[in-house]
Amino acid sequence: MSQIKTKKEKKFSAVSIVIYIVLIFWAATTVFPFVWVINNSFKPSREVVNSTFSLPRGFTLDNYTNAFNKQNILISYKNSLIISGSVTVAVMILSAMMAFALTRYHFKGKNFIHSLIVSSLMFPAFSTIIPVFKMMTHMGLLNKPLSVILPQVAGNLSFATIVMMGFLRGLPLEMEEAAYMEGACVSKVFTGIIMPLSRPSMTAVAIFCFLWSYNDLFTQLIMIRKRTKFPISALLNEISSKYGTDYGLMASSVTLIAIPVLMVYIFLQKHIMKGVKAGAIKG
Amino acid sequence: MLYKKKLPLLAFLLPGFTLMLVFLYEPFLENIINSFYDMNTFAKMPGQEWKFLGLDNFKKLFSDPKIRIAIINSFKMMGLTIIFQVGIAFVLAVLVSFIKRGQQFFRTVYFFPIVISATAIGLIFKLFYNYNGGMLNQLLKALDRKPVNWLAPDIAFIMVSIPILWSYVGFYFVIMLTGLCDISDDVYEAASIDGCSKFKQVFYITIPLLRGVICTCVTLAVTGALKVFDLPWVIVPKGAPQGVTHFLGTYMYEQTFTIGNIDYGSAIALLIVVFGIVVAQITSRILKPDANL
Repeated sequence: MSQIKTKKEKKFSAVSIVIYIVLIFWAATTVFPFVWVINNSFKPSREVVNSTFSLPRGFTLDNYTNAFNKQNILISYKNSLIISGSVTVAVMILSAMMAFALTRYHFKGKNFIHSLIVSSLMFPAFSTIIPVFKMMTHMGLLNKPLSVILPQVAGNLSFATIVMMGFLRGLPLEMEEAAYMEGACVSKVFTGIIMPLSRPSMTAVAIFCFLWSYNDLFTQLIMIRKRTKFPISALLNEISSKYGTDYGLMASSVTLIAIPVLMVYIFLQKHIMKGVKAGAIKG
Repeated sequence: MLYKKKLPLLAFLLPGFTLMLVFLYEPFLENIINSFYDMNTFAKMPGQEWKFLGLDNFKKLFSDPKIRIAIINSFKMMGLTIIFQVGIAFVLAVLVSFIKRGQQFFRTVYFFPIVISATAIGLIFKLFYNYNGGMLNQLLKALDRKPVNWLAPDIAFIMVSIPILWSYVGFYFVIMLTGLCDISDDVYEAASIDGCSKFKQVFYITIPLLRGVICTCVTLAVTGALKVFDLPWVIVPKGAPQGVTHFLGTYMYEQTFTIGNIDYGSAIALLIVVFGIVVAQITSRILKPDANL
Protein backbone atom coordinates (compact mmCIF):
# COMPACT_ATOMS: atom_id res chain seq x y z
CA MET A 1 0.00 0.00 0.00
CA SER A 2 2.67 2.45 1.04
CA GLN A 3 4.74 1.48 -1.97
CA ILE A 4 1.95 2.35 -4.34
CA LYS A 5 1.49 5.66 -2.66
CA THR A 6 5.13 6.68 -2.97
CA LYS A 7 5.13 5.64 -6.59
CA LYS A 8 2.15 7.83 -7.25
CA GLU A 9 3.71 10.75 -5.42
CA LYS A 10 6.90 10.37 -7.43
CA LYS A 11 4.99 10.36 -10.67
CA PHE A 12 3.09 13.41 -9.57
CA SER A 13 6.24 15.33 -8.73
CA ALA A 14 7.83 14.40 -12.05
CA VAL A 15 4.80 15.79 -13.86
CA SER A 16 4.85 18.96 -11.89
CA ILE A 17 8.56 19.45 -12.60
CA VAL A 18 7.79 19.25 -16.31
CA ILE A 19 4.94 21.72 -15.83
CA TYR A 20 7.21 24.12 -14.00
CA ILE A 21 9.88 23.82 -16.71
CA VAL A 22 7.36 24.73 -19.41
CA LEU A 23 5.96 27.64 -17.40
CA ILE A 24 9.39 28.97 -16.50
CA PHE A 25 10.48 28.71 -20.12
CA TRP A 26 7.63 30.98 -21.21
CA ALA A 27 8.29 33.33 -18.30
CA ALA A 28 11.91 33.53 -19.48
CA THR A 29 10.80 34.62 -22.93
CA THR A 30 8.73 37.44 -21.45
CA VAL A 31 11.39 38.60 -19.01
CA PHE A 32 14.58 38.11 -21.03
CA PRO A 33 14.02 40.85 -23.66
CA PHE A 34 13.57 43.49 -20.99
CA VAL A 35 16.53 42.36 -18.89
CA TRP A 36 18.63 42.20 -22.05
CA VAL A 37 17.68 45.68 -23.11
CA ILE A 38 18.31 47.19 -19.67
CA ASN A 39 21.71 45.51 -19.52
CA ASN A 40 22.69 46.83 -22.93
CA SER A 41 21.49 50.35 -22.25
CA PHE A 42 24.50 50.86 -19.97
CA LYS A 43 27.03 49.94 -22.66
CA PRO A 44 28.58 52.06 -25.37
CA SER A 45 27.18 51.10 -28.78
CA ARG A 46 30.42 49.38 -29.79
CA GLU A 47 30.10 47.01 -26.88
CA VAL A 48 26.42 46.31 -27.62
CA VAL A 49 27.45 45.11 -31.06
CA ASN A 50 30.25 42.86 -29.87
CA SER A 51 29.23 41.44 -26.52
CA THR A 52 25.51 41.77 -25.88
CA PHE A 53 25.30 39.03 -23.33
CA SER A 54 27.97 40.08 -20.85
CA LEU A 55 27.48 42.65 -18.15
CA PRO A 56 28.60 46.16 -19.16
CA ARG A 57 32.41 46.43 -18.99
CA GLY A 58 32.66 50.08 -19.81
CA PHE A 59 29.69 51.08 -17.68
CA THR A 60 28.31 54.33 -19.08
CA LEU A 61 25.33 56.59 -18.67
CA ASP A 62 25.99 58.31 -22.01
CA ASN A 63 23.00 56.68 -23.66
CA TYR A 64 20.76 58.10 -20.99
CA THR A 65 22.14 61.62 -21.10
CA ASN A 66 21.81 61.37 -24.88
CA ALA A 67 18.17 60.30 -24.58
CA PHE A 68 17.39 63.08 -22.13
CA ASN A 69 19.31 65.91 -23.76
CA LYS A 70 19.34 65.30 -27.50
CA GLN A 71 16.08 63.36 -27.79
CA ASN A 72 14.11 65.31 -25.20
CA ILE A 73 12.45 62.22 -23.91
CA LEU A 74 10.99 64.10 -20.95
CA ILE A 75 8.95 66.38 -23.20
CA SER A 76 7.49 63.37 -24.95
CA TYR A 77 6.66 61.87 -21.59
CA LYS A 78 4.81 65.03 -20.68
CA ASN A 79 2.93 65.01 -24.02
CA SER A 80 1.97 61.38 -23.55
CA LEU A 81 0.78 61.92 -19.99
CA ILE A 82 -1.36 64.87 -21.05
CA ILE A 83 -2.93 62.91 -23.90
CA SER A 84 -3.43 59.56 -22.20
CA GLY A 85 -4.43 61.13 -18.88
CA SER A 86 -7.17 63.20 -20.49
CA VAL A 87 -8.37 60.26 -22.56
CA THR A 88 -8.60 58.07 -19.46
CA VAL A 89 -10.47 60.61 -17.33
CA ALA A 90 -12.86 61.53 -20.13
CA VAL A 91 -13.63 57.91 -20.98
CA MET A 92 -14.21 56.99 -17.33
CA ILE A 93 -16.69 59.79 -16.74
CA LEU A 94 -18.48 59.69 -20.09
CA SER A 95 -18.80 55.90 -20.19
CA ALA A 96 -20.20 55.82 -16.64
CA MET A 97 -22.75 58.46 -17.62
CA MET A 98 -23.76 56.69 -20.80
CA ALA A 99 -24.00 53.34 -19.07
CA PHE A 100 -26.11 54.95 -16.35
CA ALA A 101 -28.47 56.44 -18.92
CA LEU A 102 -28.74 53.18 -20.85
CA THR A 103 -29.34 50.91 -17.85
CA ARG A 104 -31.64 53.11 -15.75
CA TYR A 105 -33.88 54.82 -18.25
CA HIS A 106 -36.40 53.44 -20.69
CA PHE A 107 -36.85 55.46 -23.84
CA LYS A 108 -37.57 55.18 -27.52
CA GLY A 109 -34.56 54.23 -29.58
CA LYS A 110 -32.70 52.74 -26.63
CA ASN A 111 -32.18 49.43 -28.41
CA PHE A 112 -31.01 51.26 -31.48
CA ILE A 113 -28.39 53.24 -29.56
CA HIS A 114 -27.30 50.09 -27.78
CA SER A 115 -26.78 48.21 -31.01
CA LEU A 116 -24.96 51.20 -32.48
CA ILE A 117 -22.52 51.11 -29.59
CA VAL A 118 -21.98 47.37 -29.90
CA SER A 119 -21.45 47.57 -33.65
CA SER A 120 -18.89 50.35 -33.29
CA LEU A 121 -16.62 47.81 -31.57
CA MET A 122 -16.06 46.53 -35.08
CA PHE A 123 -14.72 49.86 -36.38
CA PRO A 124 -10.95 49.71 -36.50
CA ALA A 125 -9.08 53.03 -36.25
CA PHE A 126 -8.20 52.66 -39.94
CA SER A 127 -11.79 53.10 -41.04
CA THR A 128 -12.32 56.49 -39.41
CA ILE A 129 -8.90 58.09 -39.41
CA ILE A 130 -8.94 59.79 -42.83
CA PRO A 131 -12.11 61.88 -42.27
CA VAL A 132 -11.01 62.60 -38.70
CA PHE A 133 -7.64 63.79 -39.98
CA LYS A 134 -9.45 66.04 -42.46
CA MET A 135 -11.62 67.41 -39.68
CA MET A 136 -8.61 68.14 -37.49
CA THR A 137 -6.90 69.97 -40.35
CA HIS A 138 -10.02 72.09 -40.82
CA MET A 139 -10.22 72.93 -37.14
CA GLY A 140 -6.51 73.69 -36.98
CA LEU A 141 -5.98 71.12 -34.25
CA LEU A 142 -3.18 69.15 -35.89
CA ASN A 143 -0.07 68.78 -33.73
CA LYS A 144 -2.18 69.65 -30.68
CA PRO A 145 -2.93 67.05 -28.01
CA LEU A 146 -6.66 67.46 -28.64
CA SER A 147 -6.28 65.96 -32.13
CA VAL A 148 -5.25 62.65 -30.56
CA ILE A 149 -7.47 62.91 -27.48
CA LEU A 150 -10.82 63.32 -29.24
CA PRO A 151 -10.64 60.32 -31.61
CA GLN A 152 -9.14 58.13 -28.88
CA VAL A 153 -11.95 59.03 -26.46
CA ALA A 154 -14.56 58.26 -29.11
CA GLY A 155 -12.79 55.02 -30.01
CA ASN A 156 -12.56 53.79 -26.41
CA LEU A 157 -16.06 54.83 -25.33
CA SER A 158 -17.89 51.89 -26.87
CA PHE A 159 -15.84 49.24 -25.08
CA ALA A 160 -15.92 51.19 -21.80
CA THR A 161 -19.67 51.76 -21.93
CA ILE A 162 -20.33 48.08 -22.52
CA VAL A 163 -18.13 47.10 -19.55
CA MET A 164 -19.80 49.70 -17.32
CA MET A 165 -23.28 48.64 -18.41
CA GLY A 166 -22.54 45.08 -17.42
CA PHE A 167 -21.52 46.33 -14.01
CA LEU A 168 -24.39 48.77 -13.46
CA ARG A 169 -27.01 46.17 -14.40
CA GLY A 170 -25.87 44.14 -11.43
CA LEU A 171 -26.26 46.95 -8.91
CA PRO A 172 -29.52 46.72 -6.95
CA LEU A 173 -31.93 49.59 -7.55
CA GLU A 174 -33.11 49.73 -3.92
CA MET A 175 -30.28 51.91 -2.74
CA GLU A 176 -30.89 54.50 -5.42
CA GLU A 177 -34.61 54.52 -4.69
CA ALA A 178 -33.97 54.93 -0.99
CA ALA A 179 -31.74 57.89 -1.74
CA TYR A 180 -34.49 59.35 -3.91
CA MET A 181 -36.97 58.98 -1.03
CA GLU A 182 -34.58 60.95 1.13
CA GLY A 183 -34.74 63.72 -1.44
CA ALA A 184 -31.65 63.13 -3.59
CA CYS A 185 -31.89 64.17 -7.22
CA VAL A 186 -30.63 62.10 -10.14
CA SER A 187 -27.25 63.81 -10.36
CA LYS A 188 -26.77 63.29 -6.62
CA VAL A 189 -27.63 59.61 -7.02
CA PHE A 190 -25.08 59.34 -9.83
CA THR A 191 -22.19 61.07 -8.06
CA GLY A 192 -23.03 59.80 -4.58
CA ILE A 193 -23.98 56.19 -5.23
CA ILE A 194 -23.22 55.01 -8.76
CA MET A 195 -19.72 56.47 -9.11
CA PRO A 196 -18.35 55.23 -5.75
CA LEU A 197 -19.92 51.77 -6.16
CA SER A 198 -18.56 51.21 -9.64
CA ARG A 199 -15.00 52.09 -8.70
CA PRO A 200 -13.63 48.55 -9.31
CA SER A 201 -14.81 48.29 -12.90
CA MET A 202 -13.98 51.93 -13.53
CA THR A 203 -10.42 51.17 -12.48
CA ALA A 204 -10.22 48.31 -14.94
CA VAL A 205 -11.63 50.52 -17.70
CA ALA A 206 -9.19 53.30 -16.79
CA ILE A 207 -6.13 51.06 -16.85
CA PHE A 208 -6.96 49.57 -20.24
CA CYS A 209 -7.84 52.97 -21.69
CA PHE A 210 -4.58 54.43 -20.52
CA LEU A 211 -2.55 51.55 -21.95
CA TRP A 212 -4.28 51.62 -25.31
CA SER A 213 -3.98 55.35 -25.64
CA TYR A 214 -0.33 55.39 -24.52
CA ASN A 215 0.58 52.62 -26.93
CA ASP A 216 -1.47 53.74 -29.93
CA LEU A 217 1.23 54.57 -32.46
CA PHE A 218 -1.17 54.81 -35.41
CA THR A 219 -3.19 57.84 -34.26
CA GLN A 220 -0.11 59.55 -32.83
CA LEU A 221 1.81 59.20 -36.09
CA ILE A 222 -1.00 60.68 -38.13
CA MET A 223 -2.05 63.58 -35.94
CA ILE A 224 1.25 64.77 -34.50
CA ARG A 225 3.94 65.75 -36.99
CA LYS A 226 6.03 68.14 -34.89
CA ARG A 227 8.91 66.63 -33.02
CA THR A 228 8.45 68.66 -29.84
CA LYS A 229 4.81 67.54 -29.68
CA PHE A 230 5.55 63.83 -30.13
CA PRO A 231 4.07 61.45 -27.57
CA ILE A 232 6.28 58.59 -26.44
CA SER A 233 5.41 56.00 -29.09
CA ALA A 234 5.88 58.46 -31.95
CA LEU A 235 9.25 59.56 -30.56
CA LEU A 236 10.35 55.95 -30.23
CA ASN A 237 9.38 55.29 -33.83
CA GLU A 238 11.40 58.31 -34.91
CA ILE A 239 14.45 57.23 -32.91
CA SER A 240 14.15 53.81 -34.50
CA SER A 241 14.05 55.15 -38.05
CA LYS A 242 16.61 57.96 -37.69
CA TYR A 243 19.12 56.63 -35.19
CA GLY A 244 18.71 52.94 -36.00
CA THR A 245 22.46 52.36 -35.86
CA ASP A 246 22.93 53.86 -32.41
CA TYR A 247 22.15 50.65 -30.53
CA GLY A 248 22.98 52.11 -27.14
CA LEU A 249 20.56 54.99 -27.59
CA MET A 250 17.84 52.63 -28.76
CA ALA A 251 18.34 50.40 -25.74
CA SER A 252 18.26 53.29 -23.30
CA SER A 253 15.13 54.86 -24.80
CA VAL A 254 13.31 51.54 -24.72
CA THR A 255 14.33 51.16 -21.08
CA LEU A 256 13.18 54.66 -20.22
CA ILE A 257 9.82 53.99 -21.78
CA ALA A 258 9.25 50.42 -20.64
CA ILE A 259 10.42 50.49 -17.04
CA PRO A 260 8.04 53.11 -15.58
CA VAL A 261 5.11 51.35 -17.23
CA LEU A 262 6.24 48.00 -15.82
CA MET A 263 6.58 49.52 -12.34
CA VAL A 264 3.12 51.07 -12.48
CA TYR A 265 1.75 47.78 -13.78
CA ILE A 266 3.24 45.74 -10.95
CA PHE A 267 1.96 48.33 -8.50
CA LEU A 268 -1.58 48.41 -9.91
CA GLN A 269 -1.78 44.76 -10.83
CA LYS A 270 -4.05 43.79 -7.93
CA HIS A 271 -6.50 46.45 -9.02
CA ILE A 272 -6.65 45.06 -12.54
CA MET A 273 -7.40 41.56 -11.27
CA LYS A 274 -9.89 42.86 -8.69
CA GLY A 275 -11.66 44.92 -11.31
CA VAL A 276 -11.92 41.98 -13.66
CA LYS A 277 -13.20 39.72 -10.86
CA ALA A 278 -15.77 42.22 -9.58
CA GLY A 279 -17.03 42.79 -13.09
CA ALA A 280 -17.29 39.08 -13.71
CA ILE A 281 -19.24 38.39 -10.50
CA LYS A 282 -21.59 41.35 -10.61
CA GLY A 283 -22.11 41.38 -14.36
CA MET B 1 -40.02 56.52 -9.90
CA LEU B 2 -36.61 58.02 -9.72
CA TYR B 3 -36.06 57.56 -13.41
CA LYS B 4 -39.46 58.77 -14.63
CA LYS B 5 -38.31 62.25 -15.63
CA LYS B 6 -36.54 62.03 -18.94
CA LEU B 7 -34.69 65.31 -18.95
CA PRO B 8 -31.59 64.13 -17.03
CA LEU B 9 -31.34 61.26 -19.49
CA LEU B 10 -30.27 63.64 -22.22
CA ALA B 11 -27.65 65.21 -19.99
CA PHE B 12 -26.14 61.80 -19.26
CA LEU B 13 -26.33 60.36 -22.73
CA LEU B 14 -25.58 63.28 -25.01
CA PRO B 15 -21.97 64.28 -24.20
CA GLY B 16 -20.55 60.84 -24.84
CA PHE B 17 -22.85 59.98 -27.68
CA THR B 18 -22.18 63.26 -29.49
CA LEU B 19 -18.45 62.56 -29.34
CA MET B 20 -19.06 59.14 -30.82
CA LEU B 21 -21.28 60.60 -33.53
CA VAL B 22 -18.73 63.20 -34.55
CA PHE B 23 -15.54 61.19 -34.28
CA LEU B 24 -16.71 57.66 -34.96
CA TYR B 25 -19.98 57.23 -36.85
CA GLU B 26 -19.81 60.25 -39.12
CA PRO B 27 -16.16 59.60 -40.18
CA PHE B 28 -17.04 55.97 -40.72
CA LEU B 29 -19.79 56.87 -43.20
CA GLU B 30 -17.69 59.60 -44.78
CA ASN B 31 -14.92 57.09 -45.29
CA ILE B 32 -17.27 54.83 -47.23
CA ILE B 33 -18.32 57.75 -49.46
CA ASN B 34 -14.69 58.83 -49.93
CA SER B 35 -13.80 55.46 -51.34
CA PHE B 36 -15.99 56.18 -54.39
CA TYR B 37 -14.28 59.46 -55.25
CA ASP B 38 -10.91 60.46 -56.60
CA MET B 39 -9.24 62.46 -53.84
CA ASN B 40 -5.75 63.80 -54.10
CA THR B 41 -5.80 66.23 -51.17
CA PHE B 42 -7.31 65.97 -47.72
CA ALA B 43 -8.98 69.37 -47.80
CA LYS B 44 -11.11 70.43 -50.74
CA MET B 45 -9.80 73.62 -52.34
CA PRO B 46 -12.47 76.18 -53.22
CA GLY B 47 -13.97 75.40 -56.59
CA GLN B 48 -12.31 72.00 -56.70
CA GLU B 49 -14.53 69.01 -57.31
CA TRP B 50 -13.65 65.44 -56.64
CA LYS B 51 -14.30 63.15 -59.54
CA PHE B 52 -16.74 60.33 -58.94
CA LEU B 53 -14.94 57.09 -59.59
CA GLY B 54 -17.63 54.58 -58.82
CA LEU B 55 -16.16 51.19 -58.14
CA ASP B 56 -12.72 51.86 -59.61
CA ASN B 57 -10.97 51.69 -56.25
CA PHE B 58 -12.59 48.38 -55.50
CA LYS B 59 -11.63 47.00 -58.89
CA LYS B 60 -8.10 48.06 -58.09
CA LEU B 61 -8.25 45.95 -54.94
CA PHE B 62 -8.43 42.89 -57.20
CA SER B 63 -5.64 43.86 -59.56
CA ASP B 64 -3.08 45.42 -57.18
CA PRO B 65 -0.42 42.75 -56.53
CA LYS B 66 0.73 44.47 -53.35
CA ILE B 67 -2.66 44.41 -51.69
CA ARG B 68 -2.82 40.71 -52.48
CA ILE B 69 0.31 40.24 -50.39
CA ALA B 70 -1.20 42.33 -47.59
CA ILE B 71 -4.44 40.35 -47.63
CA ILE B 72 -2.64 37.01 -47.68
CA ASN B 73 -0.37 38.11 -44.84
CA SER B 74 -3.31 39.29 -42.75
CA PHE B 75 -5.15 36.02 -43.25
CA LYS B 76 -2.03 34.00 -42.51
CA MET B 77 -1.76 36.05 -39.34
CA MET B 78 -5.32 35.11 -38.36
CA GLY B 79 -4.52 31.43 -38.66
CA LEU B 80 -1.33 31.87 -36.70
CA THR B 81 -3.07 33.79 -33.91
CA ILE B 82 -5.59 31.00 -33.41
CA ILE B 83 -2.91 28.30 -33.25
CA PHE B 84 -0.20 30.15 -31.37
CA GLN B 85 -1.82 32.93 -29.34
CA VAL B 86 -4.98 31.16 -28.23
CA GLY B 87 -3.35 27.73 -28.28
CA ILE B 88 -0.31 28.65 -26.20
CA ALA B 89 -2.47 30.76 -23.88
CA PHE B 90 -4.76 27.79 -23.30
CA VAL B 91 -1.93 25.38 -22.56
CA LEU B 92 -0.27 27.86 -20.21
CA ALA B 93 -3.54 28.64 -18.43
CA VAL B 94 -4.28 24.94 -17.87
CA LEU B 95 -0.74 24.28 -16.65
CA VAL B 96 -0.84 27.25 -14.28
CA SER B 97 -4.15 26.06 -12.90
CA PHE B 98 -2.51 22.69 -12.06
CA ILE B 99 0.23 24.15 -9.92
CA LYS B 100 -0.07 25.41 -6.38
CA ARG B 101 2.85 27.78 -5.99
CA GLY B 102 3.76 30.73 -8.13
CA GLN B 103 0.42 31.27 -9.90
CA GLN B 104 0.60 34.96 -9.08
CA PHE B 105 4.16 35.21 -10.36
CA PHE B 106 3.38 33.66 -13.74
CA ARG B 107 0.28 35.77 -14.14
CA THR B 108 2.27 38.94 -13.53
CA VAL B 109 5.16 37.99 -15.78
CA TYR B 110 3.11 36.70 -18.72
CA PHE B 111 1.28 40.01 -18.90
CA PHE B 112 4.50 42.05 -19.28
CA PRO B 113 4.55 42.33 -23.09
CA ILE B 114 0.99 43.68 -23.16
CA VAL B 115 1.65 46.66 -20.96
CA ILE B 116 4.78 47.57 -22.89
CA SER B 117 3.99 49.48 -26.05
CA ALA B 118 4.26 47.58 -29.29
CA THR B 119 6.63 50.29 -30.48
CA ALA B 120 9.09 49.51 -27.69
CA ILE B 121 8.80 45.77 -28.34
CA GLY B 122 9.37 46.45 -32.02
CA LEU B 123 12.58 48.28 -31.19
CA ILE B 124 13.80 45.43 -29.02
CA PHE B 125 13.19 42.92 -31.81
CA LYS B 126 14.87 45.22 -34.27
CA LEU B 127 17.93 45.04 -32.06
CA PHE B 128 17.60 41.25 -31.96
CA TYR B 129 17.37 40.90 -35.74
CA ASN B 130 20.02 43.40 -36.81
CA TYR B 131 22.50 41.91 -39.27
CA ASN B 132 25.51 43.73 -37.85
CA GLY B 133 25.85 42.83 -34.21
CA GLY B 134 22.21 42.01 -33.55
CA MET B 135 21.54 39.69 -30.64
CA LEU B 136 20.72 36.64 -32.75
CA ASN B 137 23.75 37.00 -34.99
CA GLN B 138 26.01 37.36 -31.98
CA LEU B 139 24.52 34.15 -30.66
CA LEU B 140 25.33 32.45 -33.98
CA LYS B 141 28.84 33.86 -33.86
CA ALA B 142 29.34 32.40 -30.40
CA LEU B 143 28.31 29.04 -31.88
CA ASP B 144 30.73 29.52 -34.80
CA ARG B 145 27.99 29.89 -37.37
CA LYS B 146 27.67 32.37 -40.18
CA PRO B 147 25.47 35.42 -39.54
CA VAL B 148 21.99 35.26 -41.02
CA ASN B 149 19.97 38.07 -42.57
CA TRP B 150 16.93 37.66 -40.35
CA LEU B 151 14.81 40.04 -42.40
CA ALA B 152 15.55 38.51 -45.82
CA PRO B 153 12.45 38.35 -48.05
CA ASP B 154 11.87 34.62 -47.60
CA ILE B 155 11.80 34.62 -43.81
CA ALA B 156 10.84 38.22 -43.00
CA PHE B 157 7.16 37.42 -42.53
CA ILE B 158 7.87 34.71 -39.97
CA MET B 159 10.34 36.89 -38.11
CA VAL B 160 7.82 39.74 -37.88
CA SER B 161 5.05 37.36 -36.83
CA ILE B 162 7.01 36.06 -33.86
CA PRO B 163 6.84 39.26 -31.76
CA ILE B 164 3.24 39.92 -32.83
CA LEU B 165 2.16 36.47 -31.67
CA TRP B 166 4.35 36.38 -28.59
CA SER B 167 3.32 39.76 -27.23
CA TYR B 168 -0.39 39.00 -26.93
CA VAL B 169 -0.33 35.49 -25.49
CA GLY B 170 -0.50 36.91 -21.96
CA PHE B 171 -3.75 38.70 -22.66
CA TYR B 172 -5.63 35.55 -23.64
CA PHE B 173 -3.85 33.68 -20.87
CA VAL B 174 -5.38 35.98 -18.24
CA ILE B 175 -8.85 35.74 -19.78
CA MET B 176 -8.66 31.94 -19.86
CA LEU B 177 -7.26 31.69 -16.35
CA THR B 178 -10.20 33.73 -15.05
CA GLY B 179 -12.51 31.37 -16.94
CA LEU B 180 -10.75 28.33 -15.46
CA CYS B 181 -11.18 29.68 -11.92
CA ASP B 182 -14.93 29.81 -12.48
CA ILE B 183 -15.12 26.06 -13.11
CA SER B 184 -16.02 24.46 -9.80
CA ASP B 185 -13.52 22.07 -8.22
CA ASP B 186 -16.32 19.60 -7.52
CA VAL B 187 -16.49 18.62 -11.17
CA TYR B 188 -12.82 17.72 -11.26
CA GLU B 189 -13.04 15.92 -7.94
CA ALA B 190 -15.94 13.82 -9.12
CA ALA B 191 -14.07 13.00 -12.32
CA SER B 192 -10.90 11.95 -10.52
CA ILE B 193 -12.89 9.74 -8.14
CA ASP B 194 -14.31 8.05 -11.22
CA GLY B 195 -10.75 7.45 -12.35
CA CYS B 196 -10.40 10.13 -14.96
CA SER B 197 -6.80 11.23 -15.44
CA LYS B 198 -5.77 14.88 -15.42
CA PHE B 199 -5.07 14.70 -19.12
CA LYS B 200 -8.53 13.36 -19.90
CA GLN B 201 -10.09 15.94 -17.60
CA VAL B 202 -8.74 18.69 -19.83
CA PHE B 203 -10.53 17.22 -22.84
CA TYR B 204 -13.77 16.15 -21.21
CA ILE B 205 -14.27 18.91 -18.65
CA THR B 206 -12.09 21.95 -19.23
CA ILE B 207 -12.52 22.42 -22.97
CA PRO B 208 -16.31 21.95 -23.05
CA LEU B 209 -16.86 24.19 -20.01
CA LEU B 210 -14.46 26.81 -21.30
CA ARG B 211 -16.04 26.88 -24.74
CA GLY B 212 -17.54 30.35 -24.41
CA VAL B 213 -14.27 31.84 -23.19
CA ILE B 214 -12.22 30.12 -25.89
CA CYS B 215 -14.66 31.41 -28.46
CA THR B 216 -14.30 34.97 -27.18
CA CYS B 217 -10.52 34.64 -27.36
CA VAL B 218 -10.60 33.28 -30.91
CA THR B 219 -12.86 36.12 -32.06
CA LEU B 220 -10.66 38.72 -30.38
CA ALA B 221 -7.51 37.15 -31.83
CA VAL B 222 -8.84 36.92 -35.36
CA THR B 223 -10.21 40.45 -35.48
CA GLY B 224 -7.05 41.65 -33.72
CA ALA B 225 -4.97 40.15 -36.53
CA LEU B 226 -6.65 42.58 -38.93
CA LYS B 227 -5.61 45.52 -36.75
CA VAL B 228 -1.89 44.71 -36.68
CA PHE B 229 0.07 47.88 -37.31
CA ASP B 230 2.69 49.05 -34.80
CA LEU B 231 5.04 46.08 -34.71
CA PRO B 232 5.53 45.58 -38.45
CA TRP B 233 5.72 49.34 -38.92
CA VAL B 234 8.62 49.61 -36.48
CA ILE B 235 10.50 46.42 -37.36
CA VAL B 236 10.06 46.47 -41.14
CA PRO B 237 8.78 49.93 -42.15
CA LYS B 238 6.68 50.10 -45.32
CA GLY B 239 6.57 46.38 -45.78
CA ALA B 240 10.33 46.10 -46.25
CA PRO B 241 11.86 44.12 -47.90
CA GLN B 242 10.03 44.65 -51.20
CA GLY B 243 6.61 44.92 -49.61
CA VAL B 244 6.53 41.27 -48.55
CA THR B 245 5.68 42.09 -44.94
CA HIS B 246 2.77 44.42 -45.62
CA PHE B 247 -0.36 43.87 -43.58
CA LEU B 248 -3.69 45.50 -44.42
CA GLY B 249 -3.14 48.15 -41.77
CA THR B 250 0.39 49.10 -42.79
CA TYR B 251 -0.51 49.10 -46.47
CA MET B 252 -3.48 51.37 -45.82
CA TYR B 253 -1.23 53.77 -43.91
CA GLU B 254 1.40 53.79 -46.63
CA GLN B 255 -1.12 54.37 -49.42
CA THR B 256 -2.88 57.17 -47.58
CA PHE B 257 -0.20 59.06 -45.74
CA THR B 258 3.03 58.44 -47.63
CA ILE B 259 1.84 57.93 -51.19
CA GLY B 260 -1.17 60.25 -50.85
CA ASN B 261 -3.64 57.94 -52.53
CA ILE B 262 -6.37 58.89 -50.08
CA ASP B 263 -9.40 57.37 -51.77
CA TYR B 264 -7.64 54.06 -52.29
CA GLY B 265 -6.65 54.12 -48.62
CA SER B 266 -10.31 54.61 -47.73
CA ALA B 267 -11.25 51.61 -49.85
CA ILE B 268 -8.62 49.48 -48.06
CA ALA B 269 -9.95 50.67 -44.70
CA LEU B 270 -13.43 49.62 -45.77
CA LEU B 271 -12.08 46.26 -46.84
CA ILE B 272 -10.61 45.79 -43.35
CA VAL B 273 -14.03 46.48 -41.79
CA VAL B 274 -15.77 44.04 -44.14
CA PHE B 275 -13.20 41.33 -43.44
CA GLY B 276 -13.61 41.95 -39.71
CA ILE B 277 -17.38 41.53 -39.80
CA VAL B 278 -17.28 38.48 -42.08
CA VAL B 279 -14.57 36.74 -40.09
CA ALA B 280 -16.31 37.42 -36.77
CA GLN B 281 -19.53 35.99 -38.21
CA ILE B 282 -17.76 32.90 -39.50
CA THR B 283 -16.02 32.19 -36.19
CA SER B 284 -19.26 32.49 -34.26
CA ARG B 285 -21.03 30.22 -36.80
CA ILE B 286 -18.32 27.59 -36.56
CA LEU B 287 -17.70 27.71 -32.84
CA LYS B 288 -21.28 28.40 -31.69
CA PRO B 289 -20.38 29.99 -28.34
CA ASP B 290 -23.92 29.82 -26.98
CA ALA B 291 -24.70 26.26 -27.97
CA ASN B 292 -25.27 23.87 -25.13
CA LEU B 293 -23.13 20.83 -25.29
